Amino acid sequence: MKRLQVLPVMLLLGCTTLLAQSGGELRFCLRSEPKTFNPLLVEDDASETVRYLTGGVLVRVNRVTLKPQPQLASEWKVSDGGKRIRFKLREGLKYSDGTPFSTADVAYTIAQLMDPALHSSTGDAFRSGEGKAETRIVSANVVEISFPAPVANLVDLFDTVAIMSAKSPQKEMATLGPFYVAERKAGSYLLLKRNPYYWKKDSAGRQLPYLDSIRLDIEQNPEIEAMRYKRGEVHLINTVSPAIFEKLSGDSASVRDAGASTDTEQLWFNQVPNAPIPAYKREWFSSTNFRRAISEAINRADLARIVFHGHAIPSVGIVSPSNTAWFNSNLKPHPYDTASALRRLQQDGFHLQGDTLRDRAGNAVEFSIVTNAGNRARESMATMIQQDLKKIGIKVNVVTLDFNSLLERMTQTFNYEACLLGFQKVDLDPNGQMAVWLSSADNHQWNPSQKTPATPWEAEIDKLMKAQAASGDQHKRKQYWDRVQQIEWEQEPFIYLVNKDALVAIAPTVKNTEPSVFSPQTFWNVETLALAQSH
Amino acid sequence: MKIVRSTAIVVLVLAAFAILFANHLAPAGYEKQFREIPQAAASAHHLLGTDDLGRDRWARLLFGMRVSLTLAPLAAFFTTVLAGLVGGIAGYCGGWVERFCKLLIDFFLSVPWLFLLITVRAVLPLNISPQASVAVTFTSLGLLGWAASARIICSGAKELMKSEFVWMARAAGFSGFKLIRLHLLPNLRGALFAQFWISIPVFIIAEANLGALGLGVSEPLPSLGSLLRELQDAVMLRPEPWRLLPLAVLIVVISSFQVLLNKQEVRA
Repeated sequence: MKRLQVLPVMLLLGCTTLLAQSGGELRFCLRSEPKTFNPLLVEDDASETVRYLTGGVLVRVNRVTLKPQPQLASEWKVSDGGKRIRFKLREGLKYSDGTPFSTADVAYTIAQLMDPALHSSTGDAFRSGEGKAETRIVSANVVEISFPAPVANLVDLFDTVAIMSAKSPQKEMATLGPFYVAERKAGSYLLLKRNPYYWKKDSAGRQLPYLDSIRLDIEQNPEIEAMRYKRGEVHLINTVSPAIFEKLSGDSASVRDAGASTDTEQLWFNQVPNAPIPAYKREWFSSTNFRRAISEAINRADLARIVFHGHAIPSVGIVSPSNTAWFNSNLKPHPYDTASALRRLQQDGFHLQGDTLRDRAGNAVEFSIVTNAGNRARESMATMIQQDLKKIGIKVNVVTLDFNSLLERMTQTFNYEACLLGFQKVDLDPNGQMAVWLSSADNHQWNPSQKTPATPWEAEIDKLMKAQAASGDQHKRKQYWDRVQQIEWEQEPFIYLVNKDALVAIAPTVKNTEPSVFSPQTFWNVETLALAQSH
Repeated sequence: MKIVRSTAIVVLVLAAFAILFANHLAPAGYEKQFREIPQAAASAHHLLGTDDLGRDRWARLLFGMRVSLTLAPLAAFFTTVLAGLVGGIAGYCGGWVERFCKLLIDFFLSVPWLFLLITVRAVLPLNISPQASVAVTFTSLGLLGWAASARIICSGAKELMKSEFVWMARAAGFSGFKLIRLHLLPNLRGALFAQFWISIPVFIIAEANLGALGLGVSEPLPSLGSLLRELQDAVMLRPEPWRLLPLAVLIVVISSFQVLLNKQEVRA
């Protein structure tokens, strides 16, 4: 009799679990319209989201363990010190339109990816040296790709290469990932539907993904997005601002702080030799003592506590401590120490005259910090830095500019003195930083596109960056990259301020979530996400 | 209606008192950051609490009023003088001068002012003080805001030039500056006053809009516009009614201007 009483309860529990794992439409917002559906041409966040949800990749990096996991390829082997990789593909897979998947599709995708005429930034990461990448079909399910020079972190790079079909009439819209784009209303929404041919199954043998569809609403305003989340109209917010996080926390909504992210906020001084700024200011900005003094006069702990409501940590340098694989753990955040800052400045001939700091020639120390208008956190940081530097007699003018004007000053006219901006670091590998740290690089912001390194320490960084890129030995690469971090810490061309926490909002109805500090924070395991249903 | 007008006058006198004696009424100053108590609630020490960076909201409101309520009338005066000059000359001279002036007016009316202001902000030297920056913002508003008023003044001046008393004055030998001074200006005074009073709230709101975009007054100087930016997250506001005070001040002051404007129009 007891068994009979327990049975309905068990059935009910079973049904609840089943319901929680089947069907439903997950909804969240994109900040803008995706600029492309071609997975090889992705550059913006919205397109990246669509690529992640729809694209089938040979290897996927687990966002929690940071280890590569087999996807379309069941096995792989790297050889020739990172110049060659051989993939064994799963058999019998199909694209979302039913087109069979084969080694020819991998060859086609790699040919497209490495075609210089395509200008694929995804492909740029694989361009390690002069020459062409070649794909050889070894057998029906084995394919080998060779590069002209070793490619660092080769396996992980395939996480961003969605394999396109060589034969499908739907071209890039035929996908091997868990979803495909079924409907699109420009400026309004995208509807992704479950890929009926998706290959992956859960441990119970049920085909993934659990969700029927995903609706991506285009919503630029994070405040409105938060309101919609509160009303239950959207299930996830991938990046929540600290202010909204606090407000949502107060309402006991399920917001989570996943810990320090890899994103950085930094200040740098213009050191471009022909920049239209006074020569005496260029001399200040080129001085290591000056930069270190500014760094020590900034109270990073206050920035983290006040601007980010405690959801940030003072930065150490280039690499966030959350990037455990590459962080140089010997480095510590620069201390807040105005006395030490003044000592450093005195070494360079600066002196206080009343409340004003003056250089050797008697020029009052005054400079402007430009940042992008509309970014409240950066405006607040700049205002706090203005107050901090006033304590050592430096006058700072905070200037907010629309982003295009700011970019023009940063990259074309170089008509600025100091700039405060942030970088989103998606690629955790030091290779992803080549475009910033090589002195010849366009994104070497404080003094870009140098013909020869302007300083000995930049020359050393150049050597180290090239050495780590060419090495197939992870241990050596870590040593090189540690030294780059050390040099940056000592020279501070970028004065790193804080690492923001990855703040996410996940509705209680979304099951199987495992938020990560790495993008895409909330839905990196989208195929196993499920919605609890109330009926 | 008299009581409404009296209230409006009292409001404007109080506002003038507040902006004149801001230093004494808010000794904490508008830029000091009390970093241990950011976003504090209203208290005896901080009558309206503190903002995100721990700055006294009361002080920022008073100094913000000083910036907006001083510079907006100045810009309005500037724009009225320009409108009077261009509109008056067009109406007085007629012919190709009028056509040229109207072309100029049409050009200024078709300028996308927000884009232009953003451009002006972008090309300003970076090391100008916040005070100079806000002065430039209001001067730009004044330079751009005269065209609509000029069209009205032109139309008024043209009508006056056709009137009997102007014909009679001309017949009596009045011309040029004397005719303008004795007959045109006194009769256009009502319209000019109306344009002046209308422009003040328009410029306060325009600066507020620029402030909402982060392109208004530079930090740490406050303005009513920059204070209103705090309300951008109004949809998520906790119950903190004191945060709405800058908005209330803006509405009450502008309404008071409007009430007095109505009175001026009646007189005109």
